[in-house]
Amino acid sequence: MAEGLSKTCAIFFLTLLFSLPLGMIVALLRMSKDKVVSSVTRFVISVLRGTPLMLQLLAVTYGPYYLFGISVSRNKLIPVVIAFSINYAAYFAEIYRGGIESMAKGQYEAAAVLGYTKTQTFLKIILPQVIKRIMPSITNEVVTLVKDTSLAFTVSYQEMFTIGKQIANSQTSFTPFVVAGVFYFVFNAIVDFGMGKIEKSMQYYK
Amino acid sequence: MILEMSNIKKHFEDCEVLHDISLNVDSGEVVSIIGPSGSGKSTLLRCATFLEKIDSGTIKYVGQTIAHTPDGEKPIYLPKKEMVKVKSYFGLVFQQFNLFPHFSVLRNVCDAPINVQKRNKEEVEEKGRELLKKMGLADKADAYPFQLSGGQQQRVAIARALALNPDILFFDEPTSALDPELTGEVLKIIRQLAEEKMTMVIVTHEMSFARAVSKRVIFMDGGYIVEQGDPEKVFGDPSEERTKQFLRNYQQ
Repeated sequence: MAEGLSKTCAIFFLTLLFSLPLGMIVALLRMSKDKVVSSVTRFVISVLRGTPLMLQLLAVTYGPYYLFGISVSRNKLIPVVIAFSINYAAYFAEIYRGGIESMAKGQYEAAAVLGYTKTQTFLKIILPQVIKRIMPSITNEVVTLVKDTSLAFTVSYQEMFTIGKQIANSQTSFTPFVVAGVFYFVFNAIVDFGMGKIEKSMQYYK
Repeated sequence: MILEMSNIKKHFEDCEVLHDISLNVDSGEVVSIIGPSGSGKSTLLRCATFLEKIDSGTIKYVGQTIAHTPDGEKPIYLPKKEMVKVKSYFGLVFQQFNLFPHFSVLRNVCDAPINVQKRNKEEVEEKGRELLKKMGLADKADAYPFQLSGGQQQRVAIARALALNPDILFFDEPTSALDPELTGEVLKIIRQLAEEKMTMVIVTHEMSFARAVSKRVIFMDGGYIVEQGDPEKVFGDPSEERTKQFLRNYQQ
């Protein structure tokens, strides 16, 4: 199961690596003044959030074969990470949007009067405050992601849960599931601790 | 002339907020704008500081045309690049302070001079500390806004505006969000700036303060300048019935 754990970690970290920045791009598109861009983005987000991640995993993994006849690659990590990243980007985008829209107009106005450009205003004034505000929601998603990695079993990617299930089946024992459950729990305890540290580091202001 | 606004018109949806307003402010002049809520006082300041776009008219700072409507239709503003420099001509102090909560007091004051005006960091910080000392906040340089009272926050906001070396300072109801107790400390600073011949335009509901500190008082109502002139004249012997009525309500 140790090898499975390393694969679980790979899904987890790679998904965060891609979905956190991708979510910001999606959020900015969603808030675009261009009506077409914002409504298309809105629709895409609603599909990603409104359909099961399991289905999206299957679509990304096997879709290319059914649509274009491209054979399914041996390395399932790529489609798994793509599906997770896109799905989580949709959730992160909505969290970012909520954070950005909750910022008081006065912050933008003060920055404008002082002569900051739009980019400077966003990066220096708005974004740091948004990150602080949305940290609890981000933590929530990250905790969910730890558990969602187990969905990779649907495309028989050999992460921890898939292996646990195989062992359980072959030994007709429930113990591997218990072991897997403890792993997820410990994993999330570490995530909680880390995210708590990050939140604390931003508590120097209100 | 530091600021020349002529024939400014502005509407929001179907509401005409400014009807053909003209306002000139000379160097060293302190002008107070009084009037009921919704009279267009704040909108006038917001047009002068480019937070709102005018419908038509002309805005000039130190003789340079920043916005005008040559064909009488759409206003033409200077290109964005030049607006950065234009913004160093003026400072604006908000009713709600609008300090940056994640910056220390000193950084609130110094960040724009360093990163917008690209001035030397050591020099700016030295000046920033001087300004804070002048505001009676020398010991608060490393504090964060949430640790300060409203009056202290507003004084930081004044220091932040002054740090850009503006030619003119606008105040949009600077004491309206403050307890009466804290109002005095902010007014004292503004009075001190007036003595130093800082050019200022102050939108305020503090009538006795406006009377004492300003060289000229403007009474606005319904998007028009109803009356303006020497504060003793406007407050002591207003010529317009509307002004009398407004001031009477204030005395009660």
